[in-house]
Amino acid sequence: MKTISKDSLDKIIGYLKYKGYKVIGPSVRDGAIIYDEISCIEDLPAGWGDEQEAGHYRLRKRNDGALFGYAAGPQSWKKFLFPGKLKLWEAEKNSKGFEITPANGQFPKYAFIGVRSCELHAVFIQDKVFNNGMFSDTYYNKIRKNIFIAAVNCAEAGKTCFCVSMKTGPKAEEGYDIALTEIINQDEHYFVVDEGTPKGSELMEQIESLTSTEEQLAAADDALKNAESNMGRTLETDGIKSLLYKNHANTVWDQIAKRCLSCANCTMVCPTCFCSNVEDVTDLSGDHTERWRTWDSCFNLDYSKVAGGNFRTSIKARYRQWMTHKLASWIDQFGISGCVGCGRCITWCPVGIDITKEVSNIRKSLKN
Amino acid sequence: MIPRQVRVKKIFWETEDVFTLELVSEDYPMSEFYFRPGQFNMLYAFGVGEAAISISSDSAKKNSILHSIHKVGYVTNALSKLKKGDVIGIRGPFGKAWPLEEIKGYDICIMAGGIGLAPLRPSIYYILKHRKQYGKFTLLYGARSPRDMLYPVELEQWAKKHDIHIETIVDRADSMWRGQVGVVTELIDYAELDPERTRSMVCGPEIMMKYSIDELKKNGLNEDQIYLSLERNMKCALGFCGHCQYGPSFVCKEGPVFNFSKVKDIFEIREL
Ligand SMILES: Cc1cc2nc3c(=O)[nH]c(=O)nc-3n(C[C@H](O)[C@H](O)[C@H](O)COP(=O)(O)OP(=O)(O)OC[C@H]3O[C@@H](n4cnc5c(N)ncnc54)[C@H](O)[C@@H]3O)c2cc1C
Ligand code: SF4
Ligand code: SF4
Ligand code: FES
Repeated sequence: MKTISKDSLDKIIGYLKYKGYKVIGPSVRDGAIIYDEISCIEDLPAGWGDEQEAGHYRLRKRNDGALFGYAAGPQSWKKFLFPGKLKLWEAEKNSKGFEITPANGQFPKYAFIGVRSCELHAVFIQDKVFNNGMFSDTYYNKIRKNIFIAAVNCAEAGKTCFCVSMKTGPKAEEGYDIALTEIINQDEHYFVVDEGTPKGSELMEQIESLTSTEEQLAAADDALKNAESNMGRTLETDGIKSLLYKNHANTVWDQIAKRCLSCANCTMVCPTCFCSNVEDVTDLSGDHTERWRTWDSCFNLDYSKVAGGNFRTSIKARYRQWMTHKLASWIDQFGISGCVGCGRCITWCPVGIDITKEVSNIRKSLKN
Repeated sequence: MIPRQVRVKKIFWETEDVFTLELVSEDYPMSEFYFRPGQFNMLYAFGVGEAAISISSDSAKKNSILHSIHKVGYVTNALSKLKKGDVIGIRGPFGKAWPLEEIKGYDICIMAGGIGLAPLRPSIYYILKHRKQYGKFTLLYGARSPRDMLYPVELEQWAKKHDIHIETIVDRADSMWRGQVGVVTELIDYAELDPERTRSMVCGPEIMMKYSIDELKKNGLNEDQIYLSLERNMKCALGFCGHCQYGPSFVCKEGPVFNFSKVKDIFEIREL
């Protein structure tokens, strides 16, 4: 383990830029922490934390100047690997019929700064989705292959976090090039750095660092323990798959349906949700057409439409599909839960529907 | 995955609202389009969009492929307006096929409703071509009305020239119809099923499949002796877009053909 000063993080960003990476990190925008291109540590949300609850999100000033003192915000890294709107190809009419050209896609080389453990797990999950054993998604995999990941361990947990239940955090265990733990005390502000790959070590060779002292390592451990013991929520995962499969007719779904607006917020903010739609856009002449892939949601009515009918017209069926997919059928499909416990769906649900609470409501309904 | 261009060699109407496209390729060897009975393609109408359509031709026929399409909406309407020589896009073939190898040696009972005969026609060709390798062969087919019956000429020829027992029925007769009136499940007695020796393939509207399966079970077939082909909304056919999910399965990848024992627990859950 190595220790670097806060300012050395700026050098890391600079070095990654010099190496041709498009560096992405957290910034404050429109009252939230979002992920976008950054060029130096001044772009990071220094001294910003957040307040989260079911249906509630607000930034708050911290008094310690922490750069990573916030919990998961409304965006996730999926927007870079699986963009919300992506051109797949375009076609032009010609004398033979038409000709299709693949979108001359650019595949930026991204460096992600500040990936939390739950978010790393979300990337691992989407790795399985977009390499399903039969097909692999070109865009996702081209981007994925080249990303540099600087993980950041959580020193605090948000009120809607439950990564401990999902076994996805708070410590980043694998899959990163470097992992940082931010330590702030009376007179110091530094990072303990773990190198996860040769790419990470190569970078660290360029950065001024010291071998971490026992004290510094202990401080990093404490930070993680603090996060672990402050989880805002828990989700009881024991036997969850059969619980949901067996309870498709539970009245809890009717209760949820009375509140759910079917707004699809939960699926948009979720770092693992992968559903998409295609749109064909044709110009006025009718000679040029483009095919775009866009994010879709199982909460949209058209999602399950077929000619002559629709498989899920009720909101109850759509919510049940979403939650059962996340926590149960995902396990059958990919051998892993579709939920990493980031809490985004809870925070960003306008009516505060809470996936952890709904699971416990189903469990409770069986005891009565 | 990007569609490949194929040319319409022929377009002809099977019924008032079902037409068949015969497709050939100049840019790619036809071997690229070889398929197994039960598989489907995504057909692309320029500027309009794609629809999942089963391949309905003989899989041994190597120079063109056929799709029988019910004109129901946006894309299928555009496809219905094609003319000989027009070009469309195609992706595929996708999906799991009917289990024609596994069911060799057994009596075969096919139950089809409406357009559901199209995905089964390649299986019929196959079984008739390898007739000795199967036992008794029965086709029970129901349509809304005599005029909605798919492939009537072929049905007659099969019955005349081949060792296949065909029974047809319509919901509503017209003045010309001399056959039976009712739903396809009413035909099951004619099949004289020997439950142990029988394997069944079912395709049609979901409600028709439900009643057909109930009837097959009543006649002593086990769940794992029945296969069905399911329809869901499909956008990608690659297992990525999520639309075709049916419980734990992606219908585009693990289906559309399923052994009924795989879906029996969820088949009757409403709005799954
Ligand atoms: C595996 C499979 C095999 C099929 N085989 C045949 C066949 O051999 N012959 C045949 O006539 N039909 C077949 N269908 C049904 C056919 O795909 C639909 O009728 C067709 O997609 C309707 O498209 P549309 O644009 O004309 O209808 P519209 O009603 O205009 O479609 C409107 C919207 O609903 C969506 N949609 C409607 N129905 C479906 C559907 N079933 N699947 C995916 N999206 C849908 C469209 O994509 C679009 O978003 C098959 C479907 C599947 C899944
Ligand atoms: S379901 Fe909710 S808590 Fe789980 S990963 Fe998605 S947004 Fe996060
Ligand atoms: S659960 Fe909440 S966020 Fe999700 S669709 Fe319903 S109202 Fe919207
Ligand atoms: S059609 Fe897209 S996942 Fe099956």
